[in-house]
Amino acid sequence: MTIKEVQEALGARFVSGEQWADREVHMACGSDMMSDVLAFVKDRAVLLTGLCNPQVIRTAEMMDVVAIVFVRSKKPDEQMIELAEEREIPLICTGHRMFSACGILYEKGLRGGADYERLH
Amino acid sequence: MSDSIKMTYTVSDTDFTRAGEASSDVKKRLRQMGCDPEVIRKVAIAMYEGEINMVIHANGGEIEVEITPEDITMVLKDKGPGIPDIEKAMQAGYSTAPENVRALGFGAGMGLPNMKKYSDEMNIETTVGVGTTVTMKVHQ
Ligand SMILES: Nc1ncnc2c1ncn2[C@@H]1O[C@H](COP(=O)(O)OP(=O)(O)OP(=O)(O)O)[C@@H](O)[C@H]1O
Ligand SMILES: [Mg+2]
Repeated sequence: MTIKEVQEALGARFVSGEQWADREVHMACGSDMMSDVLAFVKDRAVLLTGLCNPQVIRTAEMMDVVAIVFVRSKKPDEQMIELAEEREIPLICTGHRMFSACGILYEKGLRGGADYERLH
Repeated sequence: MSDSIKMTYTVSDTDFTRAGEASSDVKKRLRQMGCDPEVIRKVAIAMYEGEINMVIHANGGEIEVEITPEDITMVLKDKGPGIPDIEKAMQAGYSTAPENVRALGFGAGMGLPNMKKYSDEMNIETTVGVGTTVTMKVHQ
């Protein structure tokens, strides 16, 4: 799946970074707690979150996340957009809530990676 | 050793939006040096968690990073309140973060466990009322 397909599936819009929309997404994770996100390294993941502050971009940077989806129409500010552009991380905004947004992407075949097996 | 690089960063607790700048800089440098992406990610996540902890729990501090061909060593020093019970603090899910910190997306109690997981060696020296020094090493 590409970043563009994620955006289209969610009926979402690009806030920035649309020029990188063709990049591949291999998995997804959704959380509002950044250390939860950092607990499992994911390969080419898209991050879904309802949190909207610069640490979301930094967390994504440390993990090499390929794109960030803000749920519930959360709008990143100028500083966040600038941080994300420097790191080539597209920002996407959707009106869906977390549960629905994750469900839609799951239905499209995106998975959360091997986390479940590792936890149990 | 001639091919060792040392960096020092001051971590301020006055501006939360800037927390993570030091980790970001180290990540950038390691990438420029052509380090293994897996090594870079381990260093970046471990150091970022430590840097955030300094900001939210310890009024900031100082980070020293040394890069050699063998490993990357990070020393995070603060003059914060110290950690009364390290064993407890190391448990996944244990956090003393107040509500305002949770609202910022931290306080899951996963930071120290993550640091332990992503570093190859980790040591914590802490004295209540004096401060904490966390040393982490990632092998190249
Ligand atoms: N540098 C520090 N100085 C003082 N106390 C600390 C420091 N680092 C961690 N702690 C204590 O250890 C606890 C656990 O830390 P940890 O990083 O695992 O979780 P957290 O920071 O509370 O939440 P998270 O990292 O998931 O956002 C903290 O809540 C805090 O009480
Ligand atoms: Mg922490």
